[in-house]
Amino acid sequence: MQVLAIFIPVIVAIALPFLFKKIRAIHTGWFVLIVPVALFLYYLTFINDTKDGLSAISKLEWIPSLDIAFTSYIDGLSLLFSLLITGIGSLVVLYSIFYLDKTKEKLHNFYIYLLMFMTAMLGVVQSDHVITLYLFWELTSISSFLLIAYWSDRDASRFGALKSMMITVAGGLLMLGGLLLLAMMGGSFSIRELIAAGDLSQGNYFTLALVLILLGAFTKSAQFPFYIWLPDAMEAPTPVSAYLHSATMVKAGIYLVARMTPVFAVSDVWIWLVAGVGILTLTWGSLFAAKQTDLKAILAFSTVSQLGLIMSLLGVSAMAFHVEDAAGTIFKYAGFAAIFHLINHATFKGGLFMIAGIVDHETGTRDIRKLGGLMSIMPISFTVALIGSLSMAGVPLLNGFLSKEMFLTAMLSVMEFDLFNFETFGVLFPVLAFIASVFTFVYSCYFVGHTFLGKYKPESLPQKAHEAPIGMLISPIILAALVIIIFWIPNTVGEWLIKPAVMAVQPFLYTSPAEVMVEVSAWHGFNTELQMTLGIIILGLLLFMTLAKWQKAYAIWPRKLTLNSLYDFVIFAIFERGTENFSKLYMTNSIRRYLIYMFGAIIVMVIGTLFIKDAFVVDWDSGSPIAAYEITLIAVLVIGTLTALFGKSRITSIIGLGAVGYTVALFFVIFNAPDLALTQLVIETISVALFLLAFYHLPKLGRVEERVRFQLGRAIISVGVGVMVTLIALSAHSQKLVDSISSYYKETVYSLAGGGNIVNVILVDYRGFDTMFEIAVLAIAGMGIFSMIKLRMGKEKKNESQ
Amino acid sequence: MEIVMAFVCGFLFMAAVYLILSRSLLRIIIGTGLLSHGAHLLILTMGGLGGESPPVLADGVTDYADPLPQALILTAIVISFGVTAFFLVLAYRAYQELGTDDTSLMKGSDEDD
Repeated sequence: MQVLAIFIPVIVAIALPFLFKKIRAIHTGWFVLIVPVALFLYYLTFINDTKDGLSAISKLEWIPSLDIAFTSYIDGLSLLFSLLITGIGSLVVLYSIFYLDKTKEKLHNFYIYLLMFMTAMLGVVQSDHVITLYLFWELTSISSFLLIAYWSDRDASRFGALKSMMITVAGGLLMLGGLLLLAMMGGSFSIRELIAAGDLSQGNYFTLALVLILLGAFTKSAQFPFYIWLPDAMEAPTPVSAYLHSATMVKAGIYLVARMTPVFAVSDVWIWLVAGVGILTLTWGSLFAAKQTDLKAILAFSTVSQLGLIMSLLGVSAMAFHVEDAAGTIFKYAGFAAIFHLINHATFKGGLFMIAGIVDHETGTRDIRKLGGLMSIMPISFTVALIGSLSMAGVPLLNGFLSKEMFLTAMLSVMEFDLFNFETFGVLFPVLAFIASVFTFVYSCYFVGHTFLGKYKPESLPQKAHEAPIGMLISPIILAALVIIIFWIPNTVGEWLIKPAVMAVQPFLYTSPAEVMVEVSAWHGFNTELQMTLGIIILGLLLFMTLAKWQKAYAIWPRKLTLNSLYDFVIFAIFERGTENFSKLYMTNSIRRYLIYMFGAIIVMVIGTLFIKDAFVVDWDSGSPIAAYEITLIAVLVIGTLTALFGKSRITSIIGLGAVGYTVALFFVIFNAPDLALTQLVIETISVALFLLAFYHLPKLGRVEERVRFQLGRAIISVGVGVMVTLIALSAHSQKLVDSISSYYKETVYSLAGGGNIVNVILVDYRGFDTMFEIAVLAIAGMGIFSMIKLRMGKEKKNESQ
Repeated sequence: MEIVMAFVCGFLFMAAVYLILSRSLLRIIIGTGLLSHGAHLLILTMGGLGGESPPVLADGVTDYADPLPQALILTAIVISFGVTAFFLVLAYRAYQELGTDDTSLMKGSDEDD
């Protein structure tokens, strides 16, 4: 049941087109809603076990011969993600019912993609087998591609979809390489066994595997410099942005890093890359979020930034591996903070995305320059947006404050870490964290302030603004309520969800969730973290007030030097135009050129094989003697061929060919093949007659000027083919590897077939079917000839049009 | 003799490929004709050219020519005739419809793709 639960969404999806077509009165979303809600309730039952550090496992064989199976492994970490996927999924589906119009939208497509994604995402977080993990991983990319391109008639949608697909699938492929290397070193495909295998850092490919897996995680989780696909992915319908591109799919990379931390924590490269890229992404994202003018773009950069925050915490959490008795020191906070912020981010960011969608839906624009003063018109939306933004900014009495405080604690702890050059550069972490937090505060205020406060500008709005229907508001209200509730009961959440997950991330510290001795409290006294928070709020407010003055500074950076133009250059200039030009280089639409390629390939393969296998042997002595009249015949044949080859008029060439044909017939005579000689004579006569008939109709041979280069290639290829045939003939003649089967026919021709002429008996008796099909081929050729001469398709058409 | 015939076959193939690579349809068809002649001789040579008498049972004869290649060639001769005839008519029709027998002028344009 446990492993089958992963597949339930995609199985239900099969029924959707019929529901959509047959029951138009009810929004298809209501049927879909049952799935995530039921799964959410189902996964809730696991909390009882995981809270005590237990796990559940269930297996479904897929390719037993390759040892590949769908294995659902649910521990604290997997369960937390599964609950997020189904929980946020339920709210998003509910929201989408009011967001997408049932009469205008292709709902069946939308929900099929969404359910496909749900299966894929559950698969990613529950798979214990690295191959199925990869499979589900790429399936999330594909469903994300389909969802972003949902409004496929828009250019921007298709562009964004392709961009996200390119970047995440490329990363996924690299990750596959890393996972395979890891599986090779650890001797197992199972992630649990790889973790249990202990220290793999002595393996040859340890660092390579580490980097490849991180590339997969960074592309998926939109880390610097791969984040560029996420802002373009905002072309998707808002429920998709809230679900995939904020709460779940982009956290697959976070999941992978968390899951792999026990394997890689031993490496300094891991700590530097994960923590370094994370903090860089955090700062970069927050700086650029304040620049955006599109509501969803602000949230996209904010998501990039927050993902970086979680990533950096995971990097720092690996440090605990190198610290003695870390469970009792300041280093214990990072892992807890990472998981805690993951939950908090899903609550406040999901709500904010839904509000952005509501504003778009009710006013017709997401351009923040046209918005303003919506507070009195949309009071409920405003309240939800305010709660979400302030939580994101880290203001007290909201859950974001708690995890932001712990984040600062963890960043301060980096300064105390004295390995891997952190004693020198570690101070960068709290500094960058502070700067990023200031800008996070700024763009949070920017989002709410410029949308809901200020002056109402009805003239710039495409439609008259009004509050959203209550159904659309339910989901964001639930999320906003969670934001407040979690602030008051952080330790309950910690005990049920966070500590079991932390145990999976840091198994080297804890053996049971109860050992995670982290208590969250809102008041720690007037310590460094609180002073930093006060600094952030004051500085942030100052910057927000003066936003209009310094926002223009972003324009200084030239557009050509951005990562987006690098992506465009790689995709359009190198891949599209480059490969097109390369193809055009050899695909010339000239059949003769293609023939040259084919002949050339055959020559290289055959002659190459002859010499690599050392198969070329010439035995000059064996063979039958040469008679004088045979030499004469050969001379005639060569002259005939040369005539056919260089004949200036059609008639000479045809006569040359005829001469060759009759000489071949004479060869058949002297080589004791009377039947062949007879047939050849008859056929050759008819052929020449046919040629002469065609001669009557076909034009004169022109002396067309060929380009010298082509003539040379043509000559080389023909000589090559001639040499190849000669070499094969010589080698085949000089070495008989097996006895001929001809003696069988000679011996049995009379006893089995009752005939005397062996050749004829072979044709009509032993190989009777061959002869029958040969006749069939002739018949087909005859029909083809007849129809080509008699049927006049083209002319008939012309007559009709006249 | 077999060795000499090996060179003869190679020569026929060479001439045939050279003709097949020309522009004129008639030359291409002549090329395929030469190609089948070369192939037939090649098969015959591969079976060995020895043998005192034709492969027809007769009293007192033991050394027959190899019947198997002959059976193969017999089939091939007929088929190659069919192919040649088909090609000729194809060329005739192509010339009638398109007004040219030059393959380099027959290639499709980019719009046809």
